[in-house]
Amino acid sequence: MTEAESRVEAPGADYNFAYLDEQTKRMIRRALLKALAVPGYQVPFASREMPMPYGWGTGGVQVSAAVLVPGDRLKVIDQGADDTTNAVSIRKFFQKTAGIAVTGHTGEATVIQTRHRIPEAPLTEGQILVYQVPIPEPLRFLEPRETETRRMHALEEYGLMHVKLYEDIARHGEIATAYAYPVQIEGRYVMDPSPIPKFDNPKLRMAAIQLFGAGREQRIYALPPYTEVVSLDFEDHPFVPGKAEGACALCGSETSYLDEVIVDDRGGRMFVCSDTDYCAGRRAAGHVGAEGAAAGEGRA
Amino acid sequence: MRADAFRAEAPVAPLLSVRGLTKRYGGRVGCEDVGFDLYPGEVMGIVGESGSGKSTLLNCLAGHLRPDAGEVLFDLGEEGLCDTLALSEPERRRLARTDWAFVHQNPRDGLRMTVSAGGNVGERLMAVGARNYGAIRASALDWLGRVEIAADRIDDRPAAFSGGMQQRLQIARNLVTGPRLVFMDEPTGGLDVSVQARLLDLLRGLVRDMGLSAVIVTHDLAVVRLLAHRLMVMKGGRVVETGLTDQVLDDPQHGYTQLLVSSVLQV
Amino acid sequence: MGIWAKKKDEAMIELSGVAKSFTLYNQGGAAIPVMAGAALSVAPGECVALTGASGAGKSTLMRMIHGNYLAASGRIVVGGLDVAAAEPREILALRRHVLGYVSQFLRVVPRVPTLDVVAEPLLAVGVPVEAARDRAAALLARLNIPRPLWDLSPTTFSGGEQQRVNIARGFAHDYPALLLDEPTASLDPGNREVVLGLIEAAKARGAAILGIFHDAGARARVCDREVDVSAFAVAP
Repeated sequence: MTEAESRVEAPGADYNFAYLDEQTKRMIRRALLKALAVPGYQVPFASREMPMPYGWGTGGVQVSAAVLVPGDRLKVIDQGADDTTNAVSIRKFFQKTAGIAVTGHTGEATVIQTRHRIPEAPLTEGQILVYQVPIPEPLRFLEPRETETRRMHALEEYGLMHVKLYEDIARHGEIATAYAYPVQIEGRYVMDPSPIPKFDNPKLRMAAIQLFGAGREQRIYALPPYTEVVSLDFEDHPFVPGKAEGACALCGSETSYLDEVIVDDRGGRMFVCSDTDYCAGRRAAGHVGAEGAAAGEGRA
Repeated sequence: MRADAFRAEAPVAPLLSVRGLTKRYGGRVGCEDVGFDLYPGEVMGIVGESGSGKSTLLNCLAGHLRPDAGEVLFDLGEEGLCDTLALSEPERRRLARTDWAFVHQNPRDGLRMTVSAGGNVGERLMAVGARNYGAIRASALDWLGRVEIAADRIDDRPAAFSGGMQQRLQIARNLVTGPRLVFMDEPTGGLDVSVQARLLDLLRGLVRDMGLSAVIVTHDLAVVRLLAHRLMVMKGGRVVETGLTDQVLDDPQHGYTQLLVSSVLQV
Repeated sequence: MGIWAKKKDEAMIELSGVAKSFTLYNQGGAAIPVMAGAALSVAPGECVALTGASGAGKSTLMRMIHGNYLAASGRIVVGGLDVAAAEPREILALRRHVLGYVSQFLRVVPRVPTLDVVAEPLLAVGVPVEAARDRAAALLARLNIPRPLWDLSPTTFSGGEQQRVNIARGFAHDYPALLLDEPTASLDPGNREVVLGLIEAAKARGAAILGIFHDAGARARVCDREVDVSAFAVAP
């Protein structure tokens, strides 16, 4: 029995390593290998019930569980932050069920599970970035029939994707899609990059392995290192990775993706880095933003 | 002009050649052993009552239904006549969005109701690789004009259009890529007679100016008289009579056609 | 092949051994023979009148030549094409380029302006829109159709006006062969004169014309010969 052979080093010794049984992890790994072999193609997999509701990252958690090994150091981020509820609970989940080390530092992590962001610091070869995906099918809102969307992928019929962008320009004067901006992989499959801001799209071509898991929709897809990823656009309306104007109030970065934070009841607000680890690293290195002194103690 | 100069114009090769087309639904006949040639610039009407097999035939021709037997040969240009039933699915679908067009009776079946009029017209262009927004929009505007839809409606969704406008939009959406063959299923069905007349005039002009060929299924004999050059009468899945439209209607050679023609209510 | 390649006096329209019968399938399948052995010819520049009592088969013969009725047997050669044996598309091309037909009834798409109705035969043979409209306007003016009516559909016109629109349509393109079914019926003297002028002009440019004229004066003025259809009638 595989389950009997598996090592359980976690403090919660009642669990198999990383919660899932070995057969399930093998099934998921097979799907991952197929996904890596056909970049951008959505591989169906038998998604399991997880001890958390759909929409909380069940797909990403299953993928992470399938790739984690005892020596790994895990980082979990939600909207760029390590300290939000979702990130904290998933990190604790794997600490408890896999007994692995965890970290907040992008550079130290071997596996990073993320929701809605790609870390600011470039990832390196050997790292794995796992995305939580709510709706993996980029054509879904244009064509509700799964049978039809699968055929469209098979036959590379992607005219509809541009219809969506056309509608954006016709209605808003520009491509208003700001997140989950569709991309084409190696000139073949059109893929939903998960709801990351389009600011992150250029980073999709990277040194690390990227794995995408959609639990409710039971789909896995992947990008091997250095895969060519092109954001769809028109010749006369080219893709523009946008972000809020201004600099981080804490670290002064003008190049990172910024979150807007309401600071009082009178409409006061400030912009801060969405990537908390990146911001803390910059402040530790001595960079200071407009409000940086007040928050000088850092968070990392 | 020389009195026989017209012969030079009559094309020698058919655009569509149908042979022995048969479709059965279990033991019931959809259409049986249908064959005809359609030449460039020709409009052929198919008439018959409900259940005569005319819609089955149209769907077999357009590749929506797979016939049990027969051939649907289409002139693919350099390769000449090719059996469209033997094409791979990507090839057939490519044909369906370039050289072919299909106008549904109900515009809701042929339009994307949640996409603007301009997006509906532009879709076929984008599907064949158009990637310049300005050029796509210019084409959409041009075609809306040709089907008499005001330019300021380009960003409205078809749900806000009248039935006649929706049908004209469906025609624009289909013809924007300059197809050579159009299949139409009751294109004027369900429209007010005044709207029908306008649509008929539009279709006649497009057929003439673009040199379109068309196969039109309808049960409205007045529509085929004005629109179709040739007529095919179907009954029980079989073709009972074919010929020049006015000849078939004015001098029918088959009992069923005589009955059909004599049953038309006079205004 | 073409008639211009033949001798000048050879026929543009030539019928031989033409027979016609109607079968009434829904009344016991009775076959009613109406005509047999019909023969006639019309040379370029010639106008021939079909005569005979009402019901003798004048219109039936005209319709067979136009391809509207199917001949039971015989040859109907127009401009080198045997209409009785031709494919639909050959007859369509013949009608577009060679054989004009002015029937007693106007059959057009409702709501199409009169000017476009008259210009349509020219557009069908590739005449540019402006030139076609100019020619149509000239004919409508000559036939005294009031200017304000040109932009309206002829479906709402009086019988006489519809008849004149039909004539304008029939004479828009210079067909080498013309079939005229009662072209002067229901016309006032002025417009009758215009139509006879059009027929004379068509003859002068070499058109072969076959017509039905109840108007004896018109027949005497423009027709060179008469063919009595009664001779081909078959007693039922």
